[in-house]
Amino acid sequence: MTVISLPERPGTSADRLPPLPWRRMAWVTWRQHRSTLIAVPALFGAAAVFLLIAGLKIHHDYAALAACHPSGSSACQALNGSFNSSDWPMANAVDILMQLAPALIGAFAGAPVLARELETGTFRYAWTQGIGRERWITAKLALLGVVLAAVAGAFSQLFAWFFDPVIQQQQPGLTVLSATVFDARGVSFAAWTLTAFAIGAFCGLLLRRTVPAMAVGLGSYVALDLLAWLVLRPRYPVGGFWPKQLVEGGWLLSLSVLLIVATVRLSRKRAA
Amino acid sequence: MNVIETLGLGKRYRDTWALRDCTLSIPEGHMAALVGPNGAGKSTLVNILAGLAVPTTGTVAVLGGRPAGSPAALDGIAYMAQDAPVYKNLSAADMVHITGNLNRLFDEPYAKRRLAELDIPPGKKAGRLSGGQQAQLALTLALARRPRLLILDEPLAALDPLARRDFLATVMVAMADDGVSVLLSSHALAELERVADYLVVLRGGEPRVAGQADDLLTGHRVLTGPAAEADAIAARASVVQDKRAASGFASRSASGSASQAHLLVRVGADDPVPPGWEAHPVTLEELALAYLRAPADPNPQDQLHPERIEASR
Repeated sequence: MTVISLPERPGTSADRLPPLPWRRMAWVTWRQHRSTLIAVPALFGAAAVFLLIAGLKIHHDYAALAACHPSGSSACQALNGSFNSSDWPMANAVDILMQLAPALIGAFAGAPVLARELETGTFRYAWTQGIGRERWITAKLALLGVVLAAVAGAFSQLFAWFFDPVIQQQQPGLTVLSATVFDARGVSFAAWTLTAFAIGAFCGLLLRRTVPAMAVGLGSYVALDLLAWLVLRPRYPVGGFWPKQLVEGGWLLSLSVLLIVATVRLSRKRAA
Repeated sequence: MNVIETLGLGKRYRDTWALRDCTLSIPEGHMAALVGPNGAGKSTLVNILAGLAVPTTGTVAVLGGRPAGSPAALDGIAYMAQDAPVYKNLSAADMVHITGNLNRLFDEPYAKRRLAELDIPPGKKAGRLSGGQQAQLALTLALARRPRLLILDEPLAALDPLARRDFLATVMVAMADDGVSVLLSSHALAELERVADYLVVLRGGEPRVAGQADDLLTGHRVLTGPAAEADAIAARASVVQDKRAASGFASRSASGSASQAHLLVRVGADDPVPPGWEAHPVTLEELALAYLRAPADPNPQDQLHPERIEASR
């Protein structure tokens, strides 16, 4: 075997080197989580194409219905019946899927970020590099969380447009403040996605195994969702869609930041 | 400068002390072998030194007083963990690039040149490389960080004899060229005999002996003589290992003595050999094995610091 000699050590002492720029960590995050960072936007992108096509049909159907005069005529009743039997169930199904999306992102993108490193032992490599585990975890969670929340946020704007005719048509008991509609629109959907991701990552560090972290993270997310729906939302001190959206987005964002800070803090103690 | 300096270091996991009363001062420039059976506390100690684990008691400083796990310590220490040191789903080239991005100091040309020399295909997933190639990849990444201290946890365990030799050769070259200090934990004693010049023997979570190989070798010898006199010798000397066995038939008929004793004792440079006894030098492997087999000492600090025994006499 030939053995290569090491060249002279660079003259700079390690103590005088500048700190590592964050963009280096961005590259590492991209390289390590490329599949997540491609798959999640790709899935949302495919769903967006569907929303666009289906949305155009719903908007077309609703425009025809809204323009129909007199509304009591049998022709208008037929349009209304067709909207209720085809457009509304389809929109409702999409709305239910919207409820699942943040939970799935938390389980499949959030939980493995740290749990897989701890499970396979690669944290012993990652956390002994010069960057240090605090910066490593902070950068990863912040970058992944922001990207996932941004993609989810953009998608929810498209969903709001898609779902708008159903709101306009005034299905019984359905308003923008209805539980399943409220958290799929505005800033709420992005905030719930970020929170689900942070919960998953936190559980991953705590449990050190991917599958239990996915399960516990999912359970915690559902519990928080129910808590928000049944207890918190009715008590928001403001009225109207957007003020309530800002309150919900605010506390979810705060909770996510707290969870990420707690994850970083806890990582100092839970290792090796 | 001491690359490793610990004082009364201990680590408890629930009710069990994985490491206790660990006081070490290892100067720079050595290849220190950390030996002991599985469960002796080797991994616990290296995890603490690498900053991965927080000790329950005691203090630990690396690279001349830097707290273990601090940014300054992380910059100067490269750690190669046991078994799973690389991301199996990433290629060797990706691992080089990632490691470069995670460190302020990284010699990427060196890493690339070495991987080429080792015939490690840069595009191949690390998980598909052989065990020896994965170990060489991890070692290359560690050395390219140009560390002051290289910590290797059981690096030889998964390697065949040829790969072990190549691995150790790479480490020795880095020591000679770059002045890297090395701490290598292993339960494979035979390989370390040739390369280690500092020895730490760990058993039951406590260091049994620690020191430079030369000092340890001159400070110990095996005394061989009649078993009948062994107790008298043992009372005056500090015995590490006491082997009394019936000798062969021929020697018994010649000398008339029933059996012989082999005492591995700690000695001063000028200690005389008792009359009627023979003194033999020990090898590092014999010495380590003797300390690993010796009954637990009620006061291990005395074994770490023989001078205290001398002084108290």
